[in-house]
Amino acid sequence: MKTDPAGVLTGVHYLDGDYACGEGAMAAGCRFVAGYPITPSTEVVERISRRFPVMGGTFIQMEDELASMAAVAGAAWTGTKSMTVTSGPGFSLMMENIGLAAMMETPCVVVNVQRGGPSTGLPTMVGQADMMQARWGSHGDYELIAMSPQSPQEAFDLTIDAFNLAETYRVPVMFMMDECVGHMTEKVVIPDAGEIDVIPRLLSDKSPEEYQPYAINGRPVPEMVRAGDGYRFHTTGLTHDDRGYPDMSAERQQINVQRIMDKILLNVDDIVRYEEEEIEGAEVVVVAYGITARVARMGIDLARKKGVKVGFLRLVVVWPFPEKRIAELAGQIKAFVVPEINLGQMVLEVERCSAGRAAAVHVPHAGGGVHDPKSICKAIVEAAK
Amino acid sequence: MSTPAKPVNMDEHPIAPYLRMDRIPHIWCPTCGIGTVVKCFATALEEADIDLDKVVITSGIGCTGRVAGYMKLDAFHTTHGRAIPFATGLKLGRPELESVVFSGDGDLSGIGGNHFIHAARRNMDLLVILVNNFIYGMTGGQNAPTTPITAKSSTMPFGNFERPFNLPHLAASCGATFVSRWTCLHIRRLTKCMRMALRRKGFRFIEVIAPCSTLYSRLNRLGGGLELMRFYHDNAKIKHGIDTREVDIDFQDTIVCGNFVDEEKPTFLDMMNTHYEEVLGEKYVPMKPEGGWIHD
Amino acid sequence: MRYWRKPLDFDQVTVPHGEVVIIADRCKGCAFCVEYCPKDVLVMSEDFNVKGYHPPEVVVEGECVNCNLCEMICPDFAIFCVPANDVAAVDAVRSIAAEEDANAEEEALN
Repeated sequence: MKTDPAGVLTGVHYLDGDYACGEGAMAAGCRFVAGYPITPSTEVVERISRRFPVMGGTFIQMEDELASMAAVAGAAWTGTKSMTVTSGPGFSLMMENIGLAAMMETPCVVVNVQRGGPSTGLPTMVGQADMMQARWGSHGDYELIAMSPQSPQEAFDLTIDAFNLAETYRVPVMFMMDECVGHMTEKVVIPDAGEIDVIPRLLSDKSPEEYQPYAINGRPVPEMVRAGDGYRFHTTGLTHDDRGYPDMSAERQQINVQRIMDKILLNVDDIVRYEEEEIEGAEVVVVAYGITARVARMGIDLARKKGVKVGFLRLVVVWPFPEKRIAELAGQIKAFVVPEINLGQMVLEVERCSAGRAAAVHVPHAGGGVHDPKSICKAIVEAAK
Repeated sequence: MSTPAKPVNMDEHPIAPYLRMDRIPHIWCPTCGIGTVVKCFATALEEADIDLDKVVITSGIGCTGRVAGYMKLDAFHTTHGRAIPFATGLKLGRPELESVVFSGDGDLSGIGGNHFIHAARRNMDLLVILVNNFIYGMTGGQNAPTTPITAKSSTMPFGNFERPFNLPHLAASCGATFVSRWTCLHIRRLTKCMRMALRRKGFRFIEVIAPCSTLYSRLNRLGGGLELMRFYHDNAKIKHGIDTREVDIDFQDTIVCGNFVDEEKPTFLDMMNTHYEEVLGEKYVPMKPEGGWIHD
Repeated sequence: MRYWRKPLDFDQVTVPHGEVVIIADRCKGCAFCVEYCPKDVLVMSEDFNVKGYHPPEVVVEGECVNCNLCEMICPDFAIFCVPANDVAAVDAVRSIAAEEDANAEEEALN
């Protein structure tokens, strides 16, 4: 389906990453946003609060992040595409209700413009240390999708993709920006509404008597309905059966939890997304995401001048992690070099998937700034020996 | 001589159309008052004559939190304390819905306290029915923000020394436009109150005092639910319109009931729409009552 | 019903009648209905239901006035009233009332 033109600010703009993300949400058809101010994400909701009133959207600044996520989880059940926006400390607060959204299988988008942590950390400076939390933050077993843009243009484009993935797989999608991309101002081209494809809320066409909220009938994902359409359905955060009624037994737990994980795990190939540059014949592959991807390119150029054959793999969808590709490359190269603005998160995944066949060299940065490309170059050169 | 037992079809009970009969019998204890409150609410829904397809009910966690699971409406059993913001999301995502929150004292005034006061402040269009049994029942009888001083609970085994909330006062002072308290013994007045509330708009708060036989009354040696109902009978005083500052509940003392606040004030959505129309004029496009669902 | 004087329209007043229907197996023996029935129509029976509780039973025939209080107050949705369109029951109520009045007058005279 083509998106609703009311939300599309077609044209060539000079926007910062936060604004671009907001525009992306509006272009994707998001019409409900509940948020709480937190640096460096506040600009997303500021932009949305300014533009929503002219396109039939409702923005509400809730009293805290817990309320924001709960409101988003509720609004999504009216068929409205919903989103919330936060940073590290708020992300931690939202975790319980992200788990609720995962359990109830509610499509929604949670934007985390990462900053230095832990705790209050560096409110105005970059970090990338929430990556593991995006995957494992809430309690229990569940799978979700996380993405990481490297530029304001991508902040626009990928937000639309995030909403589409959320609708396809009925999961909360974590949109992991970082403060640098969020506060960087660059050219953003917003196309015509007619060129933007969005996946609408998939609603069941069954009658209220036949409909069961969690019956999948062979599809990966059950069909939703909207609250207020007369289906009188029930849904709960408790382990539930196909009717949405609580069924607290070990058997049902196995079926339920396995299914919400299988939604993603069995469709990994359709979800995983990464970009590769000059992987053919490379001795070392740099794996990076977000702002670090841009800095890494400078480090790679420096290393290439020194004669090292370096490839680059940029993670676009960070979770689910591209395990197969990393495992495949591990058999062909000497080492992965993983620069990130944290003290070791995605490198652990790279290491796990390499299974010892290639080294996984970490280039850490505790936060507050981006890497010096020379340090990345040095790590690449060392790894190539 | 007793009436010979008629063969009865379970579904003939008048309330059956409003309940998920496939989940009855419910989990609440013998002499628990929650079932009575549910009956009153179902009767109020019938009497209020509103489109039940558009009524959504959200509950939190706890004994009263199970109510959503038994009512035949679009029902959501959410996380502890977050029923009010979840219901806010439902209301704002589809403004034509009648969003009802039905949860307990610990859920709504303890962990959910912040959401309670802000929803009241905003005059968010929600009907909040809070069943107050003075304790955290589901988890085994812990102290609640409403437990009266000297009452025993599992986490205050020597008696509570913390001051409890005066919930109608809390709601009224935060800006709720409809505030009432009844006990579950006042079945007809409670039903009428709920019916009135369903026809109003804004943040409507109804506190219902109910017995918790298994925990509150057992830990405090008050007998069972029947003894507590007799206590309500003898000690509940109806004082409509009284200043909510005066309706505290002390341990085994007078329970003041009545309709305390009944005002008409613009709701959150009213104020939002009026304001944007004023400031943006024709450019303002409000969300349609059918909601923000975009489709072909 | 005891009257301190007989209302002028006594013949035109119809006291509603109902019949109590008890879903015994759903009852949890709380006794709210027994306690609060305004006509004291119910007692807790000696029988056990399938869950081991004593459900209520109607012990006074023809007295139920279909007030639905038991229906409203039962937390387990186990009891309700239906209107009884039974002329005989109406007569029974009237005769009981007449008897009570006669007793009261007798007491007053003594």
